Amino acid sequence: MTIKQYFQDKRAKKSAVKRYTRSTAGNIALVLFLVAGGLFSLLPLIYCVSTSFKPLDELLIFPPRFLVHRPTIGNYAILPDLMASLRVPLSRYIVNSVGISFFTTVVYILVALMAAYSISKGTFKGRNAIFWTVQFALMFNAYTLAVPQYLIFSKLGLIDTYWIYILPPMASTMGVFLGKQYIEGNVPDALLEAAKIDGANQFKVFWSIVMPTIKPIWLTLLLFTFRDIWSAVPSGKIFSEELKILPQVVTQITAGGTARAGSAMAVTVIMMIPPIIVFLVSQSSVAESMSSAGIKE
Amino acid sequence: MFKNKNGDAAVIPAASKKLRNYSRDKMLTEHIPMLIMLAPFLIFFFVFTIIPIFASIALSFTSYDMIASPKFIWIDNYRRMIVEDTTFSTTVRNTLTFAIIAGPLGFLMSFVLAWFVNEFTPKIRAILSFMFYAPSLVGNAYFIWKVAFSGDSYGYINSFLLSIGVIAEPIVWLKTEAYLMPIIIVVQLWQSMGVSFLSNISGLQNVSRDMYEAGAIDGIRNRWQELRYITLPAMQPMLLFSAVMQIQASFSASTIMIELAGYPSKNMAVDSIVSLMTDMATVRYELGYACAMSVVLFIMMVAARLLVGKILKLFEK
Repeated sequence: MTIKQYFQDKRAKKSAVKRYTRSTAGNIALVLFLVAGGLFSLLPLIYCVSTSFKPLDELLIFPPRFLVHRPTIGNYAILPDLMASLRVPLSRYIVNSVGISFFTTVVYILVALMAAYSISKGTFKGRNAIFWTVQFALMFNAYTLAVPQYLIFSKLGLIDTYWIYILPPMASTMGVFLGKQYIEGNVPDALLEAAKIDGANQFKVFWSIVMPTIKPIWLTLLLFTFRDIWSAVPSGKIFSEELKILPQVVTQITAGGTARAGSAMAVTVIMMIPPIIVFLVSQSSVAESMSSAGIKE
Repeated sequence: MFKNKNGDAAVIPAASKKLRNYSRDKMLTEHIPMLIMLAPFLIFFFVFTIIPIFASIALSFTSYDMIASPKFIWIDNYRRMIVEDTTFSTTVRNTLTFAIIAGPLGFLMSFVLAWFVNEFTPKIRAILSFMFYAPSLVGNAYFIWKVAFSGDSYGYINSFLLSIGVIAEPIVWLKTEAYLMPIIIVVQLWQSMGVSFLSNISGLQNVSRDMYEAGAIDGIRNRWQELRYITLPAMQPMLLFSAVMQIQASFSASTIMIELAGYPSKNMAVDSIVSLMTDMATVRYELGYACAMSVVLFIMMVAARLLVGKILKLFEK
């Protein structure tokens, strides 16, 4: 099998194939069940958005209401004033947050998936031991690791530099484990052999064969990593105002008590937008890359 | 491979030279590039995870308050935990109850939902997965449950039950021992549709099309047979991943419990090992003792992981 044949094969399979194993009653039950469950899961999101439009008297009202009655954009309109009192312009925090999140996410995906490929398809000794270590490390509670980690950060001079955002996430084991499982199930050895016979070296095989084949998983990993890094607060590790990121500014704004509860919710809603965008982009690309049989096909 | 003992090399010199070249080539073209790709992760993993884990295990044999330097006390922490500390045994019981119920249920739910959602066309699938993933996007979404289970007559659940006449008095949900564990488990399940759910969805994308076709020809009649004989075996690696994530999440749960029920909760009904550990480390500054707890928790999780591996093997073919 050559590489070309493999991908042609794949494309041929993508063209709609009728599934013989579906009943209409089953489909209808499924739709109803999923919509009910989905709406239930959406509740907190709806609550956040609705609360961010509540005027002050509705925020304080008792009993609390789920939905807003007289929506106002006041909570959002006051944000520029609150921001104006910051010592460093807001744009600096935005640039920090966006830059750090994207850079770290992209580098981590490469680091993790290269390691995953190496562990799942390599033939060198010790790769099994490494894999079990990765799995077990995932189970050691991160809480008690914080103190030794802090000592290592300060020994390496990472405290109060950009590196404290970028380097520690590289040690995250979740992406390696996820990638390894996915490559094992979805990248056939025959495909790799074909590429090698065509003269590609290991790096080329990884970049131009493995990465396209495992697109669904790196898109999903992109989402997990971005979400985590976007909302992480490096407490006690950053002191310079110029190096701080948005979640730290948010805590400054929300520190105002009940009077600022509305603006705090407005900020929370704004902070949710980038992860949601990343979610929509990544998941719709997952769907595009491997469209599978749907009910309507 | 071929061992060259005395004389062999002399008999077939050409062949043995070829073999040597072959293994050197393999070293250059296979192993070294693979190790180069593994190296970046391995270095960070060693420095930021492995060293701290060993440091933390070492600290578990000490008395350490984060101010004075650690004092070596042999296994006193472990003795205290097992023999003296009744709080610890309560938290172990709570953690196990919670993990045994919420872990497998969360695992099943995240697979079943992914399997259902995957039946749809890409656009609908994206919308549905967004809905189920929403609690993970909101972050601290459990606050909505605090309002729902509020103990006065204005909490959503109390006011609903009062209005339909099921109860006459508002129930103080989060301060009643009997209700706490079920409530926490429900909230955890509702919130756990994150990582496992989405990774199951991307796993299902690649379950090969001709496997389904071949199955249909071979006489697979309905969804259930298809699931058992085609999807489950093909999803094996992703299911293992999702199981490990559930073990991790259910054994180390504490945020939901502390936020909803407070710490300590009523009669310690839902205090988990990690809740107690957090308290030891941040309030009482007994870091050595907290480390010993995390070692015990780690051993419990590893045992659960090995057990789950055995169970999943049953579904392999």
